[in-house]
Amino acid sequence: MSALGHLQALEAEAIHIMREVVAGTDKPVMLYSIGKDSAVMLHLARKAFHPAKPPFPLLHVDTTWKFRQMIEFRDRTAREMGLELIVHINQDGVARGINPFDHGSAVHTDIMKTQALKDALDKHGFDAAFGGARRDEEASRAKERICSFRTADHRWDPRAQRPELWKLFNTRLSPGESVRVFPLSNWTEADIWLYIEAEDIPVVPLYFAAVRPVVERDGTLIMVDDERMPLADGETPKMRKVRFRTLGCYPLTGAVESEAATVADIVAETQAATSSERQGRLIDTDQAASMEMKKQEGYF
Amino acid sequence: MSVMAQAADRSDAHGGKSLLRFITCGSVDDGKSTLIGRLLHDSALVLEDQMARLEADSAKFGTQGADIDFALLVDGLAAEREQGITIDVAWRYFATARRKFIVADTPGHEQYTRNMATGASTTELAVLLVDARKGMTTQTRRHATIVSLMGVRHLVLAVNKMDLVDFDEARFREIEADFSDFVARLADDKAAVTSIPISALKGDNVTTASEHMPWYDGPTVVAHLETIDVASDRAGEPFRLPVQLAVRPDQSFRGFAGQLSSGSVAAGDAVAVLPSGRKSVVKSIVTMDGELETAVAGQSVTLTLEDEIDVARGDVFCPPDVPAGVANQFEVTLIWMGDEPMLPGRPYAFKLASANARATITSLKHAINVNTGEKLAASKLELNEIATCNISLDRRIAFDAYSDNRDIGGFILIDRLTNHTVGAGMIHFALRRSSNIQWQSLDVDKRARAAMKDQRSAILWFTGLSGAGKSTIANLVEKKLAAMGKHTYTLDGDNVRHGLNRDLGFTDADRVENIRRIGEVARLMIDAGLITLVSFISPFRSERRLARELVGEGEFIEIHVDTPLEVAESRDVKGLYKKARAGEIKNFTGIDSPYEPPQNPEIRVDTAAMSAEDAADEIIEHLVRAGIID
Repeated sequence: MSALGHLQALEAEAIHIMREVVAGTDKPVMLYSIGKDSAVMLHLARKAFHPAKPPFPLLHVDTTWKFRQMIEFRDRTAREMGLELIVHINQDGVARGINPFDHGSAVHTDIMKTQALKDALDKHGFDAAFGGARRDEEASRAKERICSFRTADHRWDPRAQRPELWKLFNTRLSPGESVRVFPLSNWTEADIWLYIEAEDIPVVPLYFAAVRPVVERDGTLIMVDDERMPLADGETPKMRKVRFRTLGCYPLTGAVESEAATVADIVAETQAATSSERQGRLIDTDQAASMEMKKQEGYF
Repeated sequence: MSVMAQAADRSDAHGGKSLLRFITCGSVDDGKSTLIGRLLHDSALVLEDQMARLEADSAKFGTQGADIDFALLVDGLAAEREQGITIDVAWRYFATARRKFIVADTPGHEQYTRNMATGASTTELAVLLVDARKGMTTQTRRHATIVSLMGVRHLVLAVNKMDLVDFDEARFREIEADFSDFVARLADDKAAVTSIPISALKGDNVTTASEHMPWYDGPTVVAHLETIDVASDRAGEPFRLPVQLAVRPDQSFRGFAGQLSSGSVAAGDAVAVLPSGRKSVVKSIVTMDGELETAVAGQSVTLTLEDEIDVARGDVFCPPDVPAGVANQFEVTLIWMGDEPMLPGRPYAFKLASANARATITSLKHAINVNTGEKLAASKLELNEIATCNISLDRRIAFDAYSDNRDIGGFILIDRLTNHTVGAGMIHFALRRSSNIQWQSLDVDKRARAAMKDQRSAILWFTGLSGAGKSTIANLVEKKLAAMGKHTYTLDGDNVRHGLNRDLGFTDADRVENIRRIGEVARLMIDAGLITLVSFISPFRSERRLARELVGEGEFIEIHVDTPLEVAESRDVKGLYKKARAGEIKNFTGIDSPYEPPQNPEIRVDTAAMSAEDAADEIIEHLVRAGIID
């Protein structure tokens, strides 16, 4: 390959994947989680179908525990780009008062995220869902296909995956079945930030270092984003300069102390990092082979 | 793009790096996972929390005693970690100052041939590991054969565990020579081989040159991967762009989106659209970053044309003077990946680049022993088997030989019932006959012939167990039709097997061919305007579906004569069940060969609930309702 640099090659590959899936399925949707990977994926979707708009809506599964800045950013992005945004909340979970403090991260994630996602896909009849997951994030993801097939009840069977050869994706489905599609499979965290820098893609301000109120629990810095956060006796939030490498539900996402205030700073910090980005995600470690089990049950 | 390149240059050398995709072949015993673990570790890609987990896992599942077992770093599935084996392709990423690498790590055992072929399909280079103590093994030969078949042109022979043979040069040279001999014998000998003596566990010649092998003056593994020029000439090859979709935001814009698989294209270039052969000129190359003067291999772009010509998904843009081929029959190499065997004659869905078609294997020329490269006779292909075949499509497609262009020379086959990807193929060349045989277009057609007989032609396909009552009911139906003055013919299983199909037995492969021939004969009959009754056990869904698809919509009426096995067996009119139970007849449907009942037959006859006479009446009523007869 003569000229293409690695970011150009990754960009062209992701665009190719999105076009194939749109051509090969009936009703695709893009899972928009508001994070940096979603920002890159959305940017690529706009490129893939330019000058047309991406021919699918965005879907956000809102656990009601996201950072407030994420929700503002989500609504502004959809409005400015003129894209349809579907926000799905598991109202049954809300009625039952499910939250990460009383029910633990595993139950909260299962009901408000995994279950809610499956309900949303069923409700709208989507047969393909783009997601921003990358293979370098976690060991079981490294084994997953770009087009990852799901049964009618959304289960993933790692032992029965379709072989993916060349650039050929088999998107044929039986009624009720669906496919989760990961156009960023071959990107690393460093690639994501380099691309955000190169293409000047807007991201949620939480990624940049700022002085924020945090409490330290089990060695993890948790930001007090609203008054729902219960504080232990004598526990008071401290103001520290922190940023987030990954964004999820605020009570389940650890901050890191950082001075990185620009994308260029983050690129430098990422390349010098000594821990992986999902280290701050408490749900990955709540049990052994945790992500693989969640994925089999229908989590992204 | 230029914005991106500038930004990347500003931040550091990272964005301007090239990308190399490679595959590692070998087993855990050869130290393959150890090598990858070492590459990740030495390029500081293993981070502290991952290292902590690796140490914990090494203590729990490790095979390296007190040492860290790098293999656990790459085996991601719970079953793999527990069993200490690699099951599936795992993708790994690392970067050095010069290049970003995507590594396909695949299992080495024979039952995972499909995984290795899958991993190799996207890579430009293969690293084959050999244990210096064992030298070339059957497994090494298999890996070299597979990567060679998949068109990987750069091979690295990593002779590992040199520390266990005292870093002996003679041993290394011996293995190197054995390997060169074998590679030279493989059909496609274009691959270039580089041999490197290493110790993955100790780190010799992986990232840093070994102090223990002063006799070796070649590059380390990483130095070789960083500098090898795979910038194959794809840019210098003829322009090809398979069309993925038409982009039509409004009436004023009509573009065709796709990724250049080779060559380059510029605004103002003449292009041909295959398979139609229509020609036009590129008006513009559109991207969200602005129009491009030129697009090169690997880029995803959208082209607009000067003329309003018909272009659709599946078409390929080419230069008019160096067009791709167009054909519907090919000789191919086929790697079988399905759990069910491949049977010649059975239809599969076919996908090549963005083109879809229906395919059947018309002849299986020979299988290939993947361990030795030898040719073997075969009548079907099982999981992980490889063969040279002829394949026939129901439409013409644009293609290049796989050795010239992987993107429009490689295809997959998909099972049309389960939708699983069951085969991967590589085109050698088009069969000459496909361009010579033209369908005869006749003026007196099926409709005209049937109208003269005051009926519409149709196939009544009776399926069910032996002894279910198929022939009895078919015979009654034909009598009733004859009484109404209709023109009919009955194809009966036993009778046809005495003549047309007397060369066929009862293996799965022969059953498929049996039904294919019946389907073709029935098609000729309905072309003649007849109501054709077919009475065959026809146990497999996919062959009944094949027969259904040979004829037009509404012309195929599937009748399931549904009789429980116990009932059919108790009747045993011909005494066949008794013989089958005694083991005198093999592959008998219902006993030691499966019957797949129809899921949505047009008519289901429950012989326990109705008489043959009633069943025949019901079928006649259906024909009236369907407008076959008045």
